[in-house]
Amino acid sequence: MSIPEDSKYAKSHEYVHFDEKEGVGTIGITDYAQKELGDVVFVELPQVGTQLEAGDELGSIESVKAVSELFAPVSGEVVEVNEALTEKPELVNTDPYGDGWMIKMRVSDPTEMDELLMNAEEYEEYIQTEAGH
Amino acid sequence: MKKTPLNAMHHELGAKMVDFGGWEMPVQYTGIMEEHETVRTGAGLFDVSHMGEIMFRGPDALKMLQSTTCNDVSKIADGRAQYNGLLYPTATFVDDLLVYKNADNDYFSVVNASNIEKDFEWLQECAKGLEVEVVDRSDDYALLALQGPRALGLLQPIADVELSPLKYYSFAPGTLDGAKAIFSRTGYTGEDGFEIFLDPNDAPRVMKKLVDLGVKPCGLGARDTLRLEAKRALYGNDIDHTTTPLEADLGWIVKLEKGDFNGRDVLQREKAEGPRRKLVGFEMVDRGIARHGYPVVEGGEEVGVVTSGTHSPTLKKAIGLAYLPLDKSAPGTEFMVLIRGKETRARVVPTPFYKRAK
Repeated sequence: MSIPEDSKYAKSHEYVHFDEKEGVGTIGITDYAQKELGDVVFVELPQVGTQLEAGDELGSIESVKAVSELFAPVSGEVVEVNEALTEKPELVNTDPYGDGWMIKMRVSDPTEMDELLMNAEEYEEYIQTEAGH
Repeated sequence: MKKTPLNAMHHELGAKMVDFGGWEMPVQYTGIMEEHETVRTGAGLFDVSHMGEIMFRGPDALKMLQSTTCNDVSKIADGRAQYNGLLYPTATFVDDLLVYKNADNDYFSVVNASNIEKDFEWLQECAKGLEVEVVDRSDDYALLALQGPRALGLLQPIADVELSPLKYYSFAPGTLDGAKAIFSRTGYTGEDGFEIFLDPNDAPRVMKKLVDLGVKPCGLGARDTLRLEAKRALYGNDIDHTTTPLEADLGWIVKLEKGDFNGRDVLQREKAEGPRRKLVGFEMVDRGIARHGYPVVEGGEEVGVVTSGTHSPTLKKAIGLAYLPLDKSAPGTEFMVLIRGKETRARVVPTPFYKRAK
């Protein structure tokens, strides 16, 4: 199970890779989440320019088996969406932290990164608890 | 949770387990798409031991089966199986099932796991006053389904009976890797294949043998996408105690001329007047997947319901089944499904979605 050290994690299993210089966070779902979902076949994402508060629903992700909601881990404005997922939603499975990213967001309050999110170690503990191990 | 005799094997093989109607069952091993593809092109192995087996023996066995089901059980030859509907007097489903005939006065059926108790109680009730013994033998059998074009070739070398002459919907006793078995050329995937009844004590060893031979174990996730492409009804999704076989587009198992049976008068009327709704296949026109329970709407009114829906791994598009009013059920008709509050276009298409090349 891959949990990169350089990202932060939400309880709803989104990650944020934050570029401090640009003030932009790249958001997707974690390796754990994609494994739980199974084969992803459809991702519905917001439009560029959408303003989101932390915890807002930002879209949905359909696997063969089920649909799940995606939530904004932090607040900000959507500045880019990964158009490649329209044709190749399976990138979420094969490369969740790389080509399978979902949106980029201009983070309006960078302190939320620490206040709302977990680091890699905390996230690992969290999923172990959640999985009941 | 209830466990099949193969439960430990699923864990050992790394399956992702889920609660399926009170049974701990594998939903997938490596991935639904991959498992689905394997069954369409090679062979996949499913544990379906959770399904029930009910036996009928005695001089009134046929009479009883005829009066409780809609298909014509008298037409089953020895060693053959038949898809059938167990009906209430309202012509709605107690269950759908396969009826197997060993010999005159000696039948057995395979029923849905979630319905075993209900079916058994209902059948016992219907057997009152008749000379027939109804026995729930569900715990005496493990059931493996080996499905796919390569099933026959993989099974034959370790089976002691000639399997290729066995016709679709036929069965024969024999041994598999030395274990006593009943081979049934049936399945729920739209592919050629076998369902194999085994002693629960032999089942783990036989499954291991098949896996060692290169057979891919598959979970209920792929079983669901496979059966939906082949338009096989799933009890609890597409049919239940509120739907009749004619509504479910299963007219081919309704034999009104066979004599009286539960629900016959209702079905006679439905056949004459047309059922008020019909189960149809659809594909999505707009993006999205319409899933079980999503409403079909027209002008803000709910006019139907989606009963099954998924992404079809073979067709690579979103497909499903829905009950629509009869006058809106013709192929080509567009309708709206409410997906998370959004009206989304779908279109009625001919079914099955997938048919294997003969």
